[in-house]
Amino acid sequence: MSMPYYVAPEQVMKDRAEYAQKGIARGRSLIATTYNAGIVLVAENPSKTLHKISEIYDRIAFAGVGKFNEYDQLRVAGVRHADLKGFQFSRADVDARSLANLYAQYLGNVFTHEMKPLEVEILVAELGSSQRPTQLFHVAYEGTITDEGEWAVLGGDADTIRQNFEGRFASSWDLAQAVKACAAALSGPERSLGALDLEAATLSDGNGRRTFERLDDTRLASLLA
Amino acid sequence: MALPLFQPQQDPGPDFTSLLATKGALGLSENAATLAPHGTTVLAIRYADGVIMAGDRRATAGHSIEHRAMEKVFPADRYSAVAISGSAGMAIDMVKLFQVQLEHYEKVEGVTLSLEGKANQLAQMVRTHLPMAMQGFIVIPLFCGFDLASGLGRIFTYDATGGHYEEGDFQATGSGGRDARNTIKLGYREQLGLDDAVELAVLALYEAADADSATGGPDLVRGIYPIVASVSAEGYRQIDEAVVAQRFEEAIERRRQSGGLAGGTLR
Repeated sequence: MSMPYYVAPEQVMKDRAEYAQKGIARGRSLIATTYNAGIVLVAENPSKTLHKISEIYDRIAFAGVGKFNEYDQLRVAGVRHADLKGFQFSRADVDARSLANLYAQYLGNVFTHEMKPLEVEILVAELGSSQRPTQLFHVAYEGTITDEGEWAVLGGDADTIRQNFEGRFASSWDLAQAVKACAAALSGPERSLGALDLEAATLSDGNGRRTFERLDDTRLASLLA
Repeated sequence: MALPLFQPQQDPGPDFTSLLATKGALGLSENAATLAPHGTTVLAIRYADGVIMAGDRRATAGHSIEHRAMEKVFPADRYSAVAISGSAGMAIDMVKLFQVQLEHYEKVEGVTLSLEGKANQLAQMVRTHLPMAMQGFIVIPLFCGFDLASGLGRIFTYDATGGHYEEGDFQATGSGGRDARNTIKLGYREQLGLDDAVELAVLALYEAADADSATGGPDLVRGIYPIVASVSAEGYRQIDEAVVAQRFEEAIERRRQSGGLAGGTLR
């Protein structure tokens, strides 16, 4: 009979966390910040088709970093959850908080029960309305959920980027100022990121019912200029 | 509600109706009253920049008027519109499902369906509804949109079995559809401007209401006018009610001057 081996739970969790962090660190980062007309999300992403930032619902956006197939699966589940809820109840009943909680539960479950944790960090952003304030929910790979204030940084190099961004942030700045600051914070002092290296989208009133809008390359270039 | 995650083999893809079916939430209510309100005349006309769609506001149950301000023309998504005739409650449910279906596909897949694809989706919904249609709750939509690929406005009609047919330049359905169609037939020209197309739609609805008791005309007393919307490269846009009201007043004035003669409305 083979000897059952013992590994301390602390060690198991530590190993899993390390594994997830390494996976996330391999990907590129993103920043979400409020500005005078809503929320802008900016990610370093050279691909124009494999999006890190997407629309979930009328006033809700999703952003993910880490392993694409894993966060994309979560994105699709989020769209499904929101559309089902909006269809069965009312569009006004779809909120970011309940979706972020579902994500947190799922990520937490996978982290403790599965062989491999998900190598992702996600952000659920909701544009404020008369019913709810603007909110940014940050969900980490192990299911930790944080209600961020006016801005959030996700990704492997988040600490450095957070330091870069903190000094630049100004509440109720305009879109161009916000996008420039995000690009500068993501790139760091040694390099610079142009429109082609970035992906960006906004949630803002004035676009009609669906407030999500992608900023295409030309728009992004003019904002960065 | 749990996060709707699926094994790859069971994944419903971007199809919202399949997703609803997995939740057991699909199925239109079967205990509607036998005299459910019915909707009546809706039409679509192609013009130079796209297509316009219009519908009267009356819903009837048997011989009584149930609603005077019902909306029968809806945006399906940014570049398409759907109008309904038939059993109002179910038709509006179908439109709501259709709108979510298109938006759901767009969000999951990251691209919009082709106009042909949207027309097909609606046909499948009409077909699913066939058992209810057999019991008298018929729903006949009219669908139109701006085809981004060809740069043209296109119109699709449906029958109760889900058969769908692409129309040429105009079409009207509902109980007053024939009168509306005949009016459009007389006034239609290639490459109509938006204003002329709106005028033609207004006249067609006027004639339909004139001849069909289940179609509502302009309600001058309450200030309720038919809904007219355009779909072009700029997307879906509802024409201002004041503009529509003005058009009706002009038509009525011409008819008054002609002594109420048929044809007095057409210039």
